[in-house]
Amino acid sequence: MIRLEKRKEPSRFWRIANPFLAVLLTMIAGGIMFAALGKDPVAAIRLIFFDPIFSETFASYSRPQLLIKSAPLILIAVGLAIGFKANVWNIGAEGQYIIGALFGAGVALAFFPAPGWYIFPLMVIAGAFGGFLWAMIPAILKTRFNTNEILVSLLLVYVAERILAAMALGLMRNPDQPGFPGSRDLRRYEAAYNAEIFAGTGVHWGVVAALIAVIFAYAMMTRHMLGYHVQLAGQAPRAARFGGVSPARLVVICLGISGALAGLAGMFEVSGPGGQVRIEFASGYGFTAIIVAFLGRLNPFGIVLAGLLLGLTYIGGELSQMMLQIPGAAIQVFQGMLLFFLLALDFQTNYRIRLTKGARA
Amino acid sequence: MILGSINPAVLIAALMVAATPILLAAIGELVVEKAGVLNLGVEGMMIMGACLGFIVAVNTGSPFIGFIGAALAGMALSLLFALLTQALMTNQVASGLALTLFGLGLTALLGQQYVGVTPPRTPKLDLGFLSDIPFLGRAFFSHDIVIYLTIALVAAVWWFLKYSRAGMILRAVGENHDAAHALGYHVKRVRTLAIMFGGACAGLGGAYLSLIRVPQWTEGMTVGAGWIALALVVFASWRPWRALAGAYLFGGVVVLQLNLQAAGVRIPVEYLSMSPYLITIAVLVFISSGKSRASSTAPGSLNRPFHASN
Repeated sequence: MIRLEKRKEPSRFWRIANPFLAVLLTMIAGGIMFAALGKDPVAAIRLIFFDPIFSETFASYSRPQLLIKSAPLILIAVGLAIGFKANVWNIGAEGQYIIGALFGAGVALAFFPAPGWYIFPLMVIAGAFGGFLWAMIPAILKTRFNTNEILVSLLLVYVAERILAAMALGLMRNPDQPGFPGSRDLRRYEAAYNAEIFAGTGVHWGVVAALIAVIFAYAMMTRHMLGYHVQLAGQAPRAARFGGVSPARLVVICLGISGALAGLAGMFEVSGPGGQVRIEFASGYGFTAIIVAFLGRLNPFGIVLAGLLLGLTYIGGELSQMMLQIPGAAIQVFQGMLLFFLLALDFQTNYRIRLTKGARA
Repeated sequence: MILGSINPAVLIAALMVAATPILLAAIGELVVEKAGVLNLGVEGMMIMGACLGFIVAVNTGSPFIGFIGAALAGMALSLLFALLTQALMTNQVASGLALTLFGLGLTALLGQQYVGVTPPRTPKLDLGFLSDIPFLGRAFFSHDIVIYLTIALVAAVWWFLKYSRAGMILRAVGENHDAAHALGYHVKRVRTLAIMFGGACAGLGGAYLSLIRVPQWTEGMTVGAGWIALALVVFASWRPWRALAGAYLFGGVVVLQLNLQAAGVRIPVEYLSMSPYLITIAVLVFISSGKSRASSTAPGSLNRPFHASN
């Protein structure tokens, strides 16, 4: 008879080991999936996880891409993780990402074609503010009316997508090319272009921002009172309330931080790698970042590793699409499986498997 | 006048069609939540049903076998959720999200060859003279059988929860799982069955989208219908008939919005198509802030994991 026994303390070993195990299991299950699609599983896994970094033919293109794809994931996930720790579930980061991009691009397009050093910093502020504002909708509805923040933040993603489409087709459309949807290309507007800081490395301002966010989040969670409150509210909500932690304040702070960071990510994307406000601009970073946050164990440094790994799957996905004609959606399945395996393995963190003799107790 | 060009009988008929997918998903989730489980994977199970139902229907040529396939597909995905949350005690919110992300990816992969294919037509139910009644016939008696079965399902769930012994056990498990366990009921077994029922219903709802309402397969075609179904359960305060009323109300909004688009109102399409989501949010706010606060009617053990410590 197999029995689960709750551990007195979560196992530290499994907490750290499980993400690695989950990746391994995902590779195996993914290999089976590729075999079912009629592709060589070993070649496919190699192409996704190793070739983007180590292959001589692809690495020159894909190494810089790694930072470009990972930076928004890390930036968003760091914010989400703070909320998840406090049991505040912002799952609408995709929407905050879109609105941040629109605010940032809006500032740029308003100044076009004026030069000026102050334009890009203004865009940064506007992007963070846009994401913050969009996240404040579920925050205020939660604190004022007790409305479920999960549903509201998620439904607002669909609203944000429609606003994005409306902007790309209407207000922000490039007046010089009225036949095409989409705004001016910000990469051709020097004052607004989020260019590479070191040429050929993929390091743009979003990467710098992600690094700063990771360090700040770490300092906040381990050294600051606010971080302590977040942890307390997540683990012992009643104790937190008696200890003077205001749940409403925490909801506003958690959603505000994650919204602002998601908005920043969107702004850095639209002014750099994305280039313009288009209908297809949103690429699901806001949802993948949820997986990154969990895979990184809600720890800022863990999130860096997880973000790099999932960034890698994006690039590897493109490569495998190009080289092996593996459908792009396979990568989404991959990412979903990763979360499944991680969640499933985590029962070892909290429970011990005991084999007992005889009938059930 | 623009509104004058809209035929009310056609509007009601279209409203029932628009409401049925989310009603199916919502009535399933309602039972799941009554058992004390929050499954946020409705969107993922719906899209699985939409995709698999479509594939089965196209290959067999029979929409009815397609619906059965959709129910099984939704159920299969929900079993994964049951395994995670009931056997492995994972966080329900995270597991539900995983289900949605996984379902969206898997269906994009599976459905690739079916984009642009036309599914077999689902026949309208022949109700004889009823369909010939002016106005009423067009509005209420000229539909496919699934619409009527859905209403019957709502009635059945209502009866089940209110009057049947099994339904009372299910509610007991959802209100207070420790007490139910002490009385000797199998909390996890009841919850697993409820989760499977919810999965089957969500799958059917998805198939209704891809086989009847649209009828086409496109990647991510549920566009939030699963989330709206989740909101509908809250709106309904966990009562089946209110879920029906809410779904029809919502269907009305969707259809009116589509009609306004077609009639060429001078509002860009993108803004009109936001309205279902905005109205869902508004209704959620209204319900949660009202006197009968949603939290007080929610099942007592909702979203709380159960582990018998012996």
